Amino acid sequence: MTDHLTRRGLLRATSAAAIGSLAAGTLGACAMGGSDSKSTDAKGQQSAQNPLGVKEDAPLEVVIFNGGFGEDYAKSQEAMYKQRFPKAEIKHSATQEISKTLQPRFVDGSPPDVIDNSGAGQIDFNSLVSQNALADLAPLLDAPSIDDPKVKVRDTILGGVLPVGTYDATTLALNYTYTVYGIWYSEKLLTEKGWQYPKTWDEMIALCKTIKASGISPWTYQGKHPRYMSWPILSAAAKLAGPDVLLAIDNLEPNAWKHDAVKTAADAYYQLAVDGFILPGSEGMDHIQSQTEWCRGKAAFISCGSWLENEQKAVTPADFKMAVAPTPSLTAGDKLPFAAIRGTGGEPFIVPAKAKNLRGGLEYLRVMLSKKAAADFTQKVSSLTCVKGAADGLTLSTGLTSVTKAIDASGTDTFNWIYNSYYRKLERNLVDAACGDLFTKRITPAEFVLRCQQGADSIAKDDTIKKYKRS
Amino acid sequence: MRQGRRLFILTFLVPPLLLYAIFVISPYLQTFQIASTNWGGLTPDYQVVGLENFRRLIHDRQVWNALGHNAILLVVLPIATIGLGLFFASMLSVGGQGGRAGIRGVRGAALYRIVYFFPQVLSVALIGVLWREMYAPNSGLVNGALRAVGLGSLAHPWLGDPTLAFWAVLVVMIWSNVGFYVVLFSAAMQSIPRDIYEAAALDGAERGATLRRITIPLLWDTIQVAWVYLAIAALDGFAIFQIITDGGPGYSSDVIGLRQYSTAFGESHFGYASAMGVAMFFLTLSIVVPFLRLTRRDRIEL
Repeated sequence: MTDHLTRRGLLRATSAAAIGSLAAGTLGACAMGGSDSKSTDAKGQQSAQNPLGVKEDAPLEVVIFNGGFGEDYAKSQEAMYKQRFPKAEIKHSATQEISKTLQPRFVDGSPPDVIDNSGAGQIDFNSLVSQNALADLAPLLDAPSIDDPKVKVRDTILGGVLPVGTYDATTLALNYTYTVYGIWYSEKLLTEKGWQYPKTWDEMIALCKTIKASGISPWTYQGKHPRYMSWPILSAAAKLAGPDVLLAIDNLEPNAWKHDAVKTAADAYYQLAVDGFILPGSEGMDHIQSQTEWCRGKAAFISCGSWLENEQKAVTPADFKMAVAPTPSLTAGDKLPFAAIRGTGGEPFIVPAKAKNLRGGLEYLRVMLSKKAAADFTQKVSSLTCVKGAADGLTLSTGLTSVTKAIDASGTDTFNWIYNSYYRKLERNLVDAACGDLFTKRITPAEFVLRCQQGADSIAKDDTIKKYKRS
Repeated sequence: MRQGRRLFILTFLVPPLLLYAIFVISPYLQTFQIASTNWGGLTPDYQVVGLENFRRLIHDRQVWNALGHNAILLVVLPIATIGLGLFFASMLSVGGQGGRAGIRGVRGAALYRIVYFFPQVLSVALIGVLWREMYAPNSGLVNGALRAVGLGSLAHPWLGDPTLAFWAVLVVMIWSNVGFYVVLFSAAMQSIPRDIYEAAALDGAERGATLRRITIPLLWDTIQVAWVYLAIAALDGFAIFQIITDGGPGYSSDVIGLRQYSTAFGESHFGYASAMGVAMFFLTLSIVVPFLRLTRRDRIEL
């Protein structure tokens, strides 16, 4: 070997050296994070004013999902926190991609203190929970509330909300909004035409005929996210046979989806597709496109949650009078009354177990749960919060007024299912695909039920997915 | 003197090689390591599961479904893109009426060349969003145009139909790629001496024969490079599919990159997603290497 310097030789030598040193360092500093060093979280003096023992000057980092609700409400809630802890520096950021943005920080062990883990890019809850990445919210729930120190935070929250974020009896997520899922229509359209929102499914079909004859499509749906249509099906099934149908589905019980009530409800809604009551082209539209067609009066009914009003704010005509109604009863002998509607918590806020300012994170949620913060949220984004009575006395938009009416009418008959937060993929992919095929008549209701059951069974069989039960 | 020169070269070589090692080679190596674990991607904790992820991969119907779509892309995308690219390029360079001026392109060739290149200027994200709206069933340009010319019966909810969605995106992929290859092939054609074409024209060769007998053999190197690029693009396809259909309806337009992405970021199964990555690494290698060997031809000296 001569001492002659060649380009090739140099390249070879340097790259060998680089790779060598890298291979040595790879396992130490890799994508999977370093050693699991638990940093001691910031702690201050506990007092009546500061029941969670927040360190006054500990900085607080809040990451907000910048979706239907925007980020402005969070900024004013952060100001309220700042008022209580003027020395604390607050770092605010908002993104649509929670998972992509924050996943590396979870691995690194330096997650933010509060996260609004919502939207299509949310971090899968099943993974967060099974990897013990979330802080137990019990200290917050048992702390005195801001508005009345004699009442625990837990007791200021509407029923049915905490179970959504509870996994094996530990509450790990606070679902801040109170969301109602129902059938939406324009009150103006119905009044003008002299139509009445139907209380039974037979009336619905009859009304659809009238609507179609008048040149309007009776229904549309969020075609590219057809799971929106699984909501009225499950609601109708729960009303027909009682909410235990939903319990079985959430607990992945064998043949839960094959329950007669689910099949009957699927049959009923399949009729919309068979009779041509769905706006042509709906299956090719995303949620915004179809909801916009609905706002333009091209279709009369659409299934959605109560974020709809805020999501469509920009394109809704001023006199549209958006309103929500429960799914029509399928039979005269339904177990639940017509007024029963799905009400649940949405917009899950979490405090990571490894948050540097964990106590501050919990305190921030306590601030959010004050009536002042909740009322501010409701006014800013036309959506209810899970705080009891927080919307009392506020002037609400027409859509939101109909939501509160629906909640009051439903009362203790309000029902919910949470399999979608236990097993995200089951709703987002498997049930979604089955709905898409059902409403384009590619499969029959019987096949739909079977497909959903197969999806649930595949989740039940998959031992990489942790299972949860509720009762 | 020699010392100085060595130092000089090293200063220029080491930084890029180091960057390459850190940002390209190291993630590759780590993928292999992660593929053998059940790492969930949210904590540093994981267990080594050996080849379990690969065993799962073989039985995963959705992975095979996605791979099937990539296989179609692998065949159709290069053939269609190179075919159209060659056709347009030869029309632009030598397709004009052979007159006294000799061999030249069709009228307005300079304009066409710019127009074909337009999509290349747009980012993939922009192309995706643009076409998503173009395909919208009632407000979209595609159906609107069909209805306007009286072909309303051909209007479809393109992206809502599982039999069409994949092909609709494939068309977008071809559309967005052709321009680049038109320019690439046109440039390569410049190096083919005009007199060869003139001789062929004198011998009475038609355009088709000229393309087959002269252009393609003389452009073989370039075509081969194009083929490899397009094959790699076909094995990926992640961005455009994610934006336009996100794999839907159902899984009817899923591709392997998308499957990998949603397994990692949607379901937080980073170990399993890495195993898909490793499998794809070997698949890509085993497609590209034999292809390069098979298509090796002696270069024609001009």
